[in-house]
Amino acid sequence: MDPKVNYLLRLGDNALVLSQQLCRLCGKGPALEEDMALSNVALDLLGQTRLWYEYAAELEGAGRDEDRLAYHRDAHDFKNCLLLEQPNGNYADTMMRQFYFDTWHYFLIAGLTHSSDARIAAIAEKSLKEVTYHLRRSGDLVVRMGDGTAISHAKTQAAADALWMYSGEVFTYDAVDHAMVDAGIAPPADELRTQWLAHVAEIFADATLAMPPKDAWMQSGGKQGRHTEHLGYILAEMQFLQRAYPNAQW
Amino acid sequence: MSTQLSKEWPLWEVFIRSQHGLAHKHVGSLHAPDAEMAVNNARDVYTRRNEGVSIWVVRAADIVASSPSDKGALFEPANSKVYRHPTFFPMPEEVKNL
Repeated sequence: MDPKVNYLLRLGDNALVLSQQLCRLCGKGPALEEDMALSNVALDLLGQTRLWYEYAAELEGAGRDEDRLAYHRDAHDFKNCLLLEQPNGNYADTMMRQFYFDTWHYFLIAGLTHSSDARIAAIAEKSLKEVTYHLRRSGDLVVRMGDGTAISHAKTQAAADALWMYSGEVFTYDAVDHAMVDAGIAPPADELRTQWLAHVAEIFADATLAMPPKDAWMQSGGKQGRHTEHLGYILAEMQFLQRAYPNAQW
Repeated sequence: MSTQLSKEWPLWEVFIRSQHGLAHKHVGSLHAPDAEMAVNNARDVYTRRNEGVSIWVVRAADIVASSPSDKGALFEPANSKVYRHPTFFPMPEEVKNL
C-alpha cells in the first residue's frame, strides 16, 4: 500500500475508532453537559475521519469510498493506535484516554498545517480549531478530577497509570511514518513527543497527579494492524448494519 | 477542594451574545463545578448551532431578583407616564437593533 494512503488511513482510523467509542456514551454521560460535550467531540472526529478517508480513497483509486473504508474492513486492516480502542471504563478512564490522545492530536494537527501536501495542510487547518477545543476541555477535566475529591483523584491517577503504556505508540515511527517525515508531509516524532510530554506534565502538575516514568515500556502494533481484543467488539457493533445488509442506505 | 463529595455541581445561568453589537441574552442554565468549566459546558450545550460570539456565565445563586410581590410598587407607576417613551423621534431605516 502506498505510504501516503496508509498514513491517511491511520489518521482516519484513529479518529473513527475514538468517535465510535464516544458515541457509545451518548445518552449515558455522567451529566447532561458532559453527555453533549462528548457527542460534540465524537461528531468533530467523525467529520475529520471523512476528510482523511475521502483523500485516501482518491489517492488509492481502487473504487473504495469512505463508507467502504469504515464498514467493510476487518480489524487487521484498521491502523488506529491501541490507545483509542481501550474501553470507556469509568469517566476518569474515558477522559484520560481523551486527554492523552487530544494532546498528541493537537500538536500533530498543528504540525500538519505546515505539511508539504496541500490537501493534508488544508484538512489540518480545518480541524485545528476543533482539536484546540478538545485539548482545552479534556485538560480542564483532568485537572478537576485529579485535584478534586480523594475518590476522583485516586480514579484519575489509576487511569493515568493504566493507559500510560498505550500513550507512546503515536511516537513510535515505522517505515510509513518515516517516509512521511522525509517527504515533509508529517512532523517528526521527537518534536511531537517533547511537546506532548511538556503539556501532560503541566496539566498533571495542576491536577496533582504523578506522571508515570517517561522511559516506561510502551505497547505498539495498532498502526500495523495488530490490535487488542477490544477492537473486534467495537467494529462488530459499528459495522453490523453494513455487514448484515451490504450497501443499505437511508 | 473539599474531600467531601458534593451531590450536585452548582447551577449557572448562561448569557450568549449572538452577534457583534447585540447584548448578551439569557439562554438557559447548566451545572458545572466552576466558572471555567461552566464556559466550556455553555459552549457545548448552547452554541452547537453557531448561536454565539461571546458567552457569559454567572452563578444562579449570585443573581439578585426582584420579588413578584413588589410588582405593583416597582412597575405600575411607570404605566401612566407615556411621555417617557421616545416615540416622537423618527429612526433612520439603516439603524437596526435599536
